[in-house]
Amino acid sequence: MSEDSTSGPTPTPGDTSGDTAPSAAEPSRPWSRLARSGRRWRSRSSVVVALLAVLLGVAMSTQIRQTREQGLESLRQEELVAVLDTVTQRSGRLDEEISRLTTERLRLEQSAGGPEAQQAAQARIDALAVLAGTARATGPGVQIVITDPQGTVGAPTLLDAVQELRDAGAEAIQIDEVRIVASSFVTEDAKGAVSVDGVALSSPITIIAIGDPQTLASAMDIPGGVVASIRGLGASVRVTQDRSVRVDALHAPASPRYARPEPNATDTTPAPPR
Amino acid sequence: MIPAIGLLVGLVIGLVLQPSVPLWLQPYLPIAVIAALDAVFGGLRAVLDGIFDDKVFVVSFLSNTLVAAFIVFLGDQLGVGAQLSTGVVVVLGVRIFSNVASIRRHLFKA
Repeated sequence: MSEDSTSGPTPTPGDTSGDTAPSAAEPSRPWSRLARSGRRWRSRSSVVVALLAVLLGVAMSTQIRQTREQGLESLRQEELVAVLDTVTQRSGRLDEEISRLTTERLRLEQSAGGPEAQQAAQARIDALAVLAGTARATGPGVQIVITDPQGTVGAPTLLDAVQELRDAGAEAIQIDEVRIVASSFVTEDAKGAVSVDGVALSSPITIIAIGDPQTLASAMDIPGGVVASIRGLGASVRVTQDRSVRVDALHAPASPRYARPEPNATDTTPAPPR
Repeated sequence: MIPAIGLLVGLVIGLVLQPSVPLWLQPYLPIAVIAALDAVFGGLRAVLDGIFDDKVFVVSFLSNTLVAAFIVFLGDQLGVGAQLSTGVVVVLGVRIFSNVASIRRHLFKA
């Protein structure tokens, strides 16, 4: 189909003169042929050739631009099938991942009511019960016995003792048979008789506190502290550390009549008692 | 000479006008372009061999393009489209290389 195989040697008129002119130097003949081929540009066949060349140029630049712009429409059927296969595979993998992640999300959402959540809730109930005095508590702590035959120990002293114990980390305190909670109060009537939460106390007064025994005992023994002031009042006091004491007094819970919790009260779970 | 100028003019026109290829033509245009290029190089070699004939050039140009497109189309229908088009491109490339080598030998004696 190309020139060298199908065409016989039919030189165009222009070239014959080049062949018979011996003056044209051998090395320059091809170049001169090239140059001469551009001279006869009015003949009809030259116009056709030029037209074809222009067409080729247009087709080439168009195809180049086409390949650059649209990758998919210029592909043939097989290539499109291959691309489709790849995309389908990838889509399948992504679908699997979607379902896996959805399942995991559901599981995590439901585990909010699962065993971990239940344990957390139970721990919170326990902590609050100990603080509110609705549950008995046991643990290491101290037992303080105040022997006061003359009734010199008053409310301030008892209050001091409770505050010092709390400062030392006591988590559950009872005085005689009264559980000390947030709403507890110590009063002293005109005759000097001490009451806690309205229950009259009489000597000996036993205070039981659960906490770190060493810390609680040291808190009682600080210079000018509770023990010192009780002894200064003329009563005697004995502080005993114990590896296991029991606070079995309970406090009846009462719903507040005036105080209401604010709508977005922060969810601070108190640490469960050790 | 004229074909070269015509090629350049065609490239410029294509860049400026930016025509879009019709859909039915799109798979065959690349092969057709390569086949036409082969005919052009063959024509250039014929000029240098002194045997250039306009009619032969035009016929070979058109037949090259049409046959290459037809072979690709046939291959697609038969299901061997990729292999056949690869084969056509290889053959055209080989012919382009041999024509260019001959041109080079003519022009630079090397």
